[in-house]
Amino acid sequence: MSRINLNDLDPSFKHRVAEQPGGQGIKACFACKACTAACPITAVDARYDPRKIIRMALLGMTEEILHSDFIWLCSSCYGCQEVCPQNVSFTEVMFAIKNLAAAEACVPPGLTGQRLLLKAHGRLYEISDFENEKREKMGLPRIKEHPEDYDALLG
Amino acid sequence: MEALLYLGCTVPVRNLNYEVSARLTAERLGITFRDHEDFGCCGYPLKSLDVRDTLAIAARNLAIAEREGLEICALCNACAGTLAEAAHVLDHHPELKEEVNLRLAPLGLKYEGPVRVRHYMRVLWEEVGVEAIQRAVTRPLNGVLVAPHYGCHYLKPSELTKGFDSPDVPKTLSGLIAATGAQVADYSSLKECCGGGVLGVSEDVANALAAIKLADVAGTGAHALVLVCPFCNVMYEGQQKKIAKAIGLDRKVPVVYYPQVLGLALGLSSEELGFKLNRVKPSELLNIVEG
Repeated sequence: MSRINLNDLDPSFKHRVAEQPGGQGIKACFACKACTAACPITAVDARYDPRKIIRMALLGMTEEILHSDFIWLCSSCYGCQEVCPQNVSFTEVMFAIKNLAAAEACVPPGLTGQRLLLKAHGRLYEISDFENEKREKMGLPRIKEHPEDYDALLG
Repeated sequence: MEALLYLGCTVPVRNLNYEVSARLTAERLGITFRDHEDFGCCGYPLKSLDVRDTLAIAARNLAIAEREGLEICALCNACAGTLAEAAHVLDHHPELKEEVNLRLAPLGLKYEGPVRVRHYMRVLWEEVGVEAIQRAVTRPLNGVLVAPHYGCHYLKPSELTKGFDSPDVPKTLSGLIAATGAQVADYSSLKECCGGGVLGVSEDVANALAAIKLADVAGTGAHALVLVCPFCNVMYEGQQKKIAKAIGLDRKVPVVYYPQVLGLALGLSSEELGFKLNRVKPSELLNIVEG
């Protein structure tokens, strides 16, 4: 990582994270690294490191975090928050950070695609006649889509 | 007991073997599942984009259940986790509940809460119980060895699962397997994440995670890996061929759903339980049970 210039840091970032639902605990971190030790993603890809992400967030490295690829590598297994001695819900903190990135349109394309599917079908998979006929052959009830509700909720 | 069966997105399209075996085993054990045609996605896929959208979508499903006066029973770990978490958050944060209800109002829905949400395994464990399952078994699965896989959202966050199972020393799925007469394989990566949560972002990272357990379970000689979540299934069954090629694994790991195993022990046939839809065939297991 390149040298950190203190003048470029954004001290408000940690407060923005803490204001998101689930982001409240971030300021309690005392950097023990239990989260990183418990993280199955860190074990296979060192780009993703929970403790490092928290330190970056607390320092206010907003741009480096929001425009990074690594924040999207969290598998949301909740392993980190189960072991945190400070009760930081780090999985939820990661969702808060990803939400802030998404608000600035820094999102992997697959995720925006899922949003469009929900607006169009109310589900990740379209229910066609083919699907319902297959279900009926196995004695299972037909399924209906409710795209109007999902479209209304998601605006 | 009676509950609304919550299918989610993946199970009713891609995992009909899970759905059909869950329905048949529930019926045999005195659980009445009711369907509701208004249910849709639980909201989990949107959580990375906007937690508030996830809460609103989850609350829509919770409000439908509340109107029916019934609890929700889900087959997918992510659906069960997301809906239970949303109920927990809304029940403890009146300001978020108010915000969500403003969004639900145009749909003619309102969430007051609480609404109970449980995974089918939790319903089996808590409402039926291991002893009653043992008594209902007509064909004990003697000689069958299987490896349980719980999945992350089955056990965590422990704030939601306390009183049911422990993320450190999980025991419920093993107990439910043992109730069928099958043996439970012991292996070191029992609590490993399947990687499904990052498949859409990095297939390499996701496969690297799933590979750990597949290699481990192959080494135990188990006749199958037993799952209770369609996301985990995408990784261990759907991605298995690619993973095996990448790591040079020459032994196939058959993948089954727990209700399929339970159904065999309750005397149902592999045909009724949708085994023809299992893509990595548990041939050895079925030979032992059905001859």
